[in-house]
Amino acid sequence: MAKSKANSKAGRTTNERTVQPDDPALAVTVAGLHLRNPTMLASGILGISQDIFARLYRAGAGAIVSKSISIEPIEGYRNPTIVSLGSNSYLNAVGLANPGAEAFSKEIAPSRGIPIIVSLVGSSDKEFPPMVQKFDALGNVIGYEVNLSCPHVAKMGMEVGDDPEMVSRIVKAIKAGTRKPVIIKVGIGAADVVKIAKVAKESGADAITAINTIRAMTINIETGMPVLSNRIGGLSGAAIKPAAVRCVYEISKAGIPVIGCGGITTWEDAVEFILAGASAVQIGSAIGNRWIDVFAEIGAGIKKYLERKGMKNVMEISGLAHKY
Amino acid sequence: MPINIDINRIRVVIIDKIVHETPTVKTIVFKDRLSSEAKPGQFLMVWIPRGEELPMSVMVPDRKDKNNKDSAALTIRKHGYGSTLLFDKRPGDILGVRGPYGNEFKIGQNKKVLLVGGGTGLVPLMRLARKLNSNKIDTTIIIGARTKEEVFFERMANDLLRDTRHQVIVTTEDGSYGEKGYATDAMARLVDGGKQERSRKNAKFDCVYTCGPELMMKKVYDLAASASLPVQASLERYMKCGIGICSSCCIGDQLVCRDGTIYNERQLSTMAEFGRMYRDKSGRRVPY
Ligand SMILES: Cc1cc2nc3c(=O)[nH]c(=O)nc-3n(C[C@H](O)[C@H](O)[C@H](O)COP(=O)(O)OP(=O)(O)OC[C@H]3O[C@@H](n4cnc5c(N)ncnc54)[C@H](O)[C@@H]3O)c2cc1C
Ligand SMILES: Cc1cc2nc3c(=O)[nH]c(=O)nc-3n(C[C@H](O)[C@H](O)[C@H](O)COP(=O)(O)O)c2cc1C
Ligand code: FES
Repeated sequence: MAKSKANSKAGRTTNERTVQPDDPALAVTVAGLHLRNPTMLASGILGISQDIFARLYRAGAGAIVSKSISIEPIEGYRNPTIVSLGSNSYLNAVGLANPGAEAFSKEIAPSRGIPIIVSLVGSSDKEFPPMVQKFDALGNVIGYEVNLSCPHVAKMGMEVGDDPEMVSRIVKAIKAGTRKPVIIKVGIGAADVVKIAKVAKESGADAITAINTIRAMTINIETGMPVLSNRIGGLSGAAIKPAAVRCVYEISKAGIPVIGCGGITTWEDAVEFILAGASAVQIGSAIGNRWIDVFAEIGAGIKKYLERKGMKNVMEISGLAHKY
Repeated sequence: MPINIDINRIRVVIIDKIVHETPTVKTIVFKDRLSSEAKPGQFLMVWIPRGEELPMSVMVPDRKDKNNKDSAALTIRKHGYGSTLLFDKRPGDILGVRGPYGNEFKIGQNKKVLLVGGGTGLVPLMRLARKLNSNKIDTTIIIGARTKEEVFFERMANDLLRDTRHQVIVTTEDGSYGEKGYATDAMARLVDGGKQERSRKNAKFDCVYTCGPELMMKKVYDLAASASLPVQASLERYMKCGIGICSSCCIGDQLVCRDGTIYNERQLSTMAEFGRMYRDKSGRRVPY
């Protein structure tokens, strides 16, 4: 539920904490990136405005992943594009609406010391290098995430990510154009997620983000009509958490660095993903319910857990569940 | 309805009644307890099944309607695809609503206030007027329209403000009804440092509330600033989720759906995009 009462001052809301001093217990390294804490913003949530990125960073996010950016702007589907299903779960078919690489590179060009990972989406390996070229020199950009798993747009996302051949070509094409880390975002599609993760890694990817939303739909029973204008969309939030934990566990067991994503709402969820093998976590849907304080709340919860377990740093618990 | 209902889930409502305000503006009345309790300035996300979903301010139902417990209303101007679908609905048709969302116009210690509205921006001001009336706040409202046949809510405003001292001023751009000019011209006459219309009894206000086209609100803000008057303005931005996760409604570092929609003069003064640009559906900045 919206905490609208607390939101009064421009620039920050009264219930938002400003950044705590960086805590060494929470610092992580993933894909060669040193992050002050493992809580990243997931792609597509509050992902198009540098001013908002700055606010999320102040609120405690360890890094920001942008909305998936395509070579040309995309208007996306007609509304309804986002449906709340209750129980911290959502269905969306935004249709990869984004301002396009040119406008977005201008958006994030002013260097403000915000660690931004640019999420890229495209329908073939040819589309990625020109985008990387626009972003690679920008001071804020610390790496790339490649969306090979959006489940509701034709010829993009999952339709590309299900094809191991194309995945390999895309990873190689991007790696050839940058020295910054390249993270491949996978999801549950027709192909085996672990197999795609392995192909990506062997082609040069530095890490995997798992998972994207899962293809799903909802029908309003009074009208008998699908609610999303696109009818089919992607399921996110609490409903997909166990499926996401499974993917993180299996990919990590294959020896591939993973960033966990899918239904993380509380610090307990974040710890569960890290125990499954994640080096960092991404938070998306939970912002809808918990608002942007969620980053600081999860960070503080992880910190207490580590103290209770006698651990000095969060990386020590990564993959602990593999033993059993 | 259960007490802890999730406001973010779509509630199906049935249209009870439709009021024709002008040839292009209609009011749709329906029953929904949460909407009927919306605070002045709050909005709903309105689902037109297999059509669109649009943000719409919550309107007050006519108090003379019998059986209007739990009633709320929407007032729609027929514009493009989505609003035309809504405009063409009939009594008995089904809509979905979620919300109400957003913050509210605050009355605080204000005793004499000015409301400036243009077009469907008048909708949230009507809900505010009802509250000003019950708090007995001295109220002047300026209703701006292009021409006589597009004027609406004049009678409604007088009715909503019936128990308090009030004045309803109508302006038309072509002078076919009321004062000639823009709503902001009438405002300038009222507040312009008291220079003109010094005799008018409502020449001084504690606060100006505004909603309407952004360039009108910018003018209201500028006029109020030159007269050192506080302002509360309800901003409009393109909305998809209404709950602060998609970013489509952002202005600066504010999410209008969740942090707004209502901002005061201090907040507006920090918004470089206010009155200058908005983001289109793809997220690109476009000048007004
Ligand atoms: C908080 C809020 C309250 C509103 N209250 C009312 C009201 O009470 N009555 C009323 O008639 N209108 C209201 N609107 C405007 C309304 O949501 C639509 O923008 C308008 O009806 C035009 O829709 P359309 O589909 O016909 O327009 P189109 O022809 O499809 O688009 C025209 C323009 O409408 C705007 N628009 C379209 N869709 C949206 C959207 N999802 N969110 C924001 N803007 C959009 C865009 O600026 C677009 O360029 C409100 C908007 C907001 C943000
Ligand atoms: C509204 C919305 C838009 C999204 N857009 C993107 C996107 O552009 N690119 C992408 O890789 N993932 C996108 N996602 C997926 C999220 O990044 C994330 O993988 C998924 O929502 C699961 O995490 P969560 O349960 O924390 O939300 C989107 C999710 C939502 C809810
Ligand atoms: S409409 Fe989605 S964040 Fe405001």
